[in-house]
Amino acid sequence: MNRASLLELLKHPQRTTALSPSGWTEFIATARNANLLGKLAQRLHAANVSVPAAPLRHLEGARLLSERQHHSVAWEAQCIDATLAQTGEPVVLLKGAAYVLGRKAAGVGRLFGDIDVLVPPGSLGKVEIRLMAGGWTQMKSEAYDQRYYREWMHELPPMIHVRRGTVIDVHHTILPLTARSHPDADAIIAHSKPLPGHRSLRIPCDEDLIIHSMCHLAHEGELHNALRDLDDIDSLLREHADSPDFWDRLGDRAQLHDLAAPVALCLMLARQFFDTPVPESLVLRLAGADADAAAIRRLAGLYDAAIVPDPEGRPPLRSLAAQLLIYIRSHWLRMPPRLLVQHLSRKAWQRLSLASGAGPKNEQGA
Amino acid sequence: MLDTTLRIAPFVVRVRSPFASVLEHLEFFYRDCEKPRDAFVDFDIRLLPGLGAHRFWRPQARFLVDDQNPFLPLPVNQAAPMFEWGLNWTIASRSLGFVVFHAAVLEKNGSAIILPGFPGAGKSTLCAALCHLRGWRLLSDELAILDPASGMLIANPRPISLKNTSIDIVGQFPGARVGKRYLDTRKGTVAHAAPKLDAIENACQPARPRWLIFPQFAPGEGHQVSPVSHAEAFVLIGEQSFNQERMGEIGFRALCALLGNVDCHQIEYGSTSDALELVAQVTQQD
Repeated sequence: MNRASLLELLKHPQRTTALSPSGWTEFIATARNANLLGKLAQRLHAANVSVPAAPLRHLEGARLLSERQHHSVAWEAQCIDATLAQTGEPVVLLKGAAYVLGRKAAGVGRLFGDIDVLVPPGSLGKVEIRLMAGGWTQMKSEAYDQRYYREWMHELPPMIHVRRGTVIDVHHTILPLTARSHPDADAIIAHSKPLPGHRSLRIPCDEDLIIHSMCHLAHEGELHNALRDLDDIDSLLREHADSPDFWDRLGDRAQLHDLAAPVALCLMLARQFFDTPVPESLVLRLAGADADAAAIRRLAGLYDAAIVPDPEGRPPLRSLAAQLLIYIRSHWLRMPPRLLVQHLSRKAWQRLSLASGAGPKNEQGA
Repeated sequence: MLDTTLRIAPFVVRVRSPFASVLEHLEFFYRDCEKPRDAFVDFDIRLLPGLGAHRFWRPQARFLVDDQNPFLPLPVNQAAPMFEWGLNWTIASRSLGFVVFHAAVLEKNGSAIILPGFPGAGKSTLCAALCHLRGWRLLSDELAILDPASGMLIANPRPISLKNTSIDIVGQFPGARVGKRYLDTRKGTVAHAAPKLDAIENACQPARPRWLIFPQFAPGEGHQVSPVSHAEAFVLIGEQSFNQERMGEIGFRALCALLGNVDCHQIEYGSTSDALELVAQVTQQD
């Protein structure tokens, strides 16, 4: 199923009643491929749409799984809170965990794996030691991977809990230290709100929550979850669309975080894909001067070509080229060229020695 | 290029592959399955040649379901068993609202027996013997599929997977149809025995769980039945479950309800005939 049909059915769940059995096959497969099956299931359920028994099994399965995951996330948050409360440091939940525990519409039906948290940079040592004492352990054993995260990235190497198998990503800012933009992580923490029932856990203010989601999408090289992320952004924006000064606050925050261009890009994409009611004035304000605005519009065109959720068949050449350009761009944004070349050759060497059986076992991801 | 859609109850599965071995496998084992037209497809499976050099050099087969690639490739001569393993994985890992655990399930007179599958317990041989020698209907040799809403077991009649010495034993059962042997797989020599026609024809009939029997093959040890407590059975089944944890409270309650309705036993036996006698003793069915 192509993107336009998928998005149309996501927006208007009752139109699924016109689907044939093979139409349902394509719809479910495409939604699953885009990591949207749980959200879709919740929307069909909420709209009380009657679904044929065979596809209903897949939808109900995804709905139950999302509810189960949300239950697990709530418990995991309790465990993290109990472990980190003694540090006295604020621990800000990001992305999926923040949507679910912050009771955002974007969290409804959302499926996810890791928990992401943001802590003040000065507290990283304390937080890491408390987590290790609480049963979390490093997933990356390779010295180079450790150095990659610790010197250049915006997060500690991911840690896994030895008994529960759950993974936590501890961020100290929201973009790599080597990236071109420098968002104000202190401001995110300072403006966050305590999460009721927890001692250290907090949720970013809504503007920061949205900007972080956009920042993540605009800097990510892989687009598997791009539609899901845009759907998150659409839901988050719509919650405030009617409040008169929300859009101004969002613009101010984007500029404060040095993220005007990524936010402008995502606003364009949300409007284009999900008809999000974004005021043109805000897009113009954030896109900047004519030359910059034109560059952002070209970039939006690239995303338009690259995001193909259809699992069937090979995407057209235009899409593959756009995907490659976005992948290259994401690395370009992440590191200065010299460091990037060093990093990629190092990873290539690791892969080669792994393939020849000489090197140590190395996990993917860094 | 094979492109076929089969009703492998309770699912509809589309299979595409360029390999003749996969086509032969489907024709031998799934010949009695309905081929629905314009039905909703639950699993879209492809078995494709390896990537790059592995298309020709040490040729490989890859398993894809809905464009996901959950396994490492295998040597190309294992493409057909890979279909069975991959389909097992797919049923066990996709969330479809069922609790799925590793066990053989058979039914007679509306009541079902569950034989959980611990390695080396002799589950598959016993399962084939109950079908071919005692007239039990096969629901599944590998996957017990429990519907939490009804408490019933759902049939997924597929080839019985046989390993090493059990291949010859089952091959001698009256009416048994054993397919090609695959040597040197991770599990040793592997072959499959076709389900009987009654299993396919009655596949849409679920069965009520009545007995939970843990088989233990112990050559030269004599044979005996011993009761197993419900608490112990719960833990043992939990270990064999692929998705009970992910099913959360629903999975927990479904397993509790299951255990409330079954008698739990362990049987130890040194031969197939002993095992059949012990099962008859527990179930009071010939």
